Amino acid sequence: MVAQTLYDKVWQQHVVHRYEDGTTLIYIDRHLVHEVTSPQAFEGLHLANRKPWRVDTMLAVPDHNVPTTTDGAGIDDPVSRLQVTTLDQNCHHFGITEFDMSDPRQGIVHVIGPEHGATLPGMTIVCGDSHTSTHGAFGALAFGIGTSEVEHVMATQCLMQRKSKNMRVWLHGDKRPGVTAKDLVLAVIGEIGTAGGTGYAIEFGGPVIQELSMEGRMTVCNMAIEAGARAGMIGVDQTTVDYLKGRPYAPSGENWDMAVEFWSDLKTDKDAVFDHEVTLDVSTLQPQVTWGTSPEMVVDITDTVPNPDDVTDSVKREGMVRALEYMGLTGGTPMNQVELDLVFIGSCTNSRLEDLREAAEVVKGKKVADSIKQALVVPGSGLVKRAAESEGLHQVFIDAGFEWRNPGCSMCLAMNADRLEPGERCASTSNRNFEGRQGQGGRTHLVSPAIAAAAAIAGHFTELTEI
Amino acid sequence: MRAFTVLSGLVLPLDRSNVDTDAIIPKQFLKSVKRTGFGPNLFDEWRYLDHGEPGMDNGNRPANPDFVLNFPRYRNAEVLLARENFGCGSSREHAPWALLDYGIRCVIAPSYADIFFNNCFKNGILPITLNDDVIQSLFEQVEAQPGYSVVVDLPNQTITDPHGEILAFEVETFRKHCLVNGLDDIGLTLQHSNLVKEYEEKRKLETPWLFNR
Ligand code: SF4
Repeated sequence: MVAQTLYDKVWQQHVVHRYEDGTTLIYIDRHLVHEVTSPQAFEGLHLANRKPWRVDTMLAVPDHNVPTTTDGAGIDDPVSRLQVTTLDQNCHHFGITEFDMSDPRQGIVHVIGPEHGATLPGMTIVCGDSHTSTHGAFGALAFGIGTSEVEHVMATQCLMQRKSKNMRVWLHGDKRPGVTAKDLVLAVIGEIGTAGGTGYAIEFGGPVIQELSMEGRMTVCNMAIEAGARAGMIGVDQTTVDYLKGRPYAPSGENWDMAVEFWSDLKTDKDAVFDHEVTLDVSTLQPQVTWGTSPEMVVDITDTVPNPDDVTDSVKREGMVRALEYMGLTGGTPMNQVELDLVFIGSCTNSRLEDLREAAEVVKGKKVADSIKQALVVPGSGLVKRAAESEGLHQVFIDAGFEWRNPGCSMCLAMNADRLEPGERCASTSNRNFEGRQGQGGRTHLVSPAIAAAAAIAGHFTELTEI
Repeated sequence: MRAFTVLSGLVLPLDRSNVDTDAIIPKQFLKSVKRTGFGPNLFDEWRYLDHGEPGMDNGNRPANPDFVLNFPRYRNAEVLLARENFGCGSSREHAPWALLDYGIRCVIAPSYADIFFNNCFKNGILPITLNDDVIQSLFEQVEAQPGYSVVVDLPNQTITDPHGEILAFEVETFRKHCLVNGLDDIGLTLQHSNLVKEYEEKRKLETPWLFNR
């Protein structure tokens, strides 16, 4: 047998049919659905008088539009409300399991999948959302699709795909204190660029990845898409298995033993060859902060905002000039002098229990700076929220002056009422700092939960040792 | 899906790299449950000077005179010339829907984000990849010559410029076949439904836990 990568294995196990030119029909094991990218797909099914092929593979949840305020008032905006009720109606009509807005399990689609064991190793997992790459942390092949493809999977349980190339990102070296999964992946994106992974499935490996918890691994894979790769993957090990045991949708009894045996092969063979390999020594890495309008525009927190004059490539230089203008920053400014207006801790990148613990640790016994207009903590799901509350984390945040919200996407993309005003600057634990992402004219700096928490206390970016 | 064969269209040059799908169609317009009607909000944040929300009368909004889409010479363009990594970011298919609704049927760029590239084909838009030097020279020509339009011939995989110069481009056979014939992917796949069922039977034995709920 030729040595295979993890991606090759999972791909091969799902081939249903191969067309002559290499286009392949692959089988989909899990289809996650949310309210924004599904209505037109359901409409397509209705119009063609088709039914979902296997409703038992589907799990739906509203997340992008849901309000996160805790007053229970429901959705104000009628357009948003229509989208959520359309999802409810479609799920009801076709018999699809949905964690609706009133369900205590509701949360961000990429948080709830793993949390319930609906995400399993070796699965193919799709969702009409680019951060589906998150689920690759479990040794699954998981990637975002468009709405036409959502409809295609609903109707046929398959997708037409072409195989990607294999890239491995190997991380080694001892992490410095305060360096988290978020910093690792931001550094990788800084290294390979936002298009560096285009056309590839990226496997993250090496001792640094092995040491990470499942939550950290999800943070890393979540942002594979920001490096241009539709899928990020990590091989299965004991950490993966331990995480899954006993989760409601995970196999049990005999099936569990059989599954664990099957999963043990879900890693790259020793002699497998990658089309591209990147190695990064993380031992000198500091916590990362983005300074521009693309996740690749990132520096160490101890560094300064880069200067476009130092760049020779004219297209790149103009991009930097435009980004700095949008961000209201000048080259050469020390990152830790940049003052913030808002702080957002949440999103499918960093809203799990470990993230909230990490932030609470920094916040404990301190107060949010007066200059910060709003500091939000938005847990990734109802279960995360409850678990955090049982540890008293909510009290730590509330005492410090943070708002403790209900689960949802919230200010990650500002489709609900949580958003930045033009010119406002935010330290955010989310994954995209594009122009207008958190509200038109809003300025986003991507950071880890600990750095976001520290920024809320100090009012500006700061190293963890400084507060 | 509308078939794509030969298109003769005016070229609109958008000289920015890494144009993301949030820029193509901002999130507030994603609340629609329809596939059409996005055209007036294509590039909304760059195109208008005020903040756009669904349901506004776009005809009365202040247009940004510095944004290329608003230059009278590019009105009714059907071909979009773009820079590298076009369509990155969110997977929203609303991006190609907005391009299509505006009237763009073909995009020419040095590279694309994968999901966007895929979504184009599903909606009858042809994304053409050409190398950086060719793209650079196209930008120069389009900007120098008002009314610059091209003939994009998908069956023959050529682009003909106003001077009769011909550029060849690559496209995957299967995607081309679907686009030229306007084929619906779902119908195609359902022709193989017996293979899907066979596959399921085999997998039920190997990985029964994937079929238990
Ligand atoms: S949290 Fe943000 S990135 Fe994640 S699914 Fe929601 S909107 Fe998308």
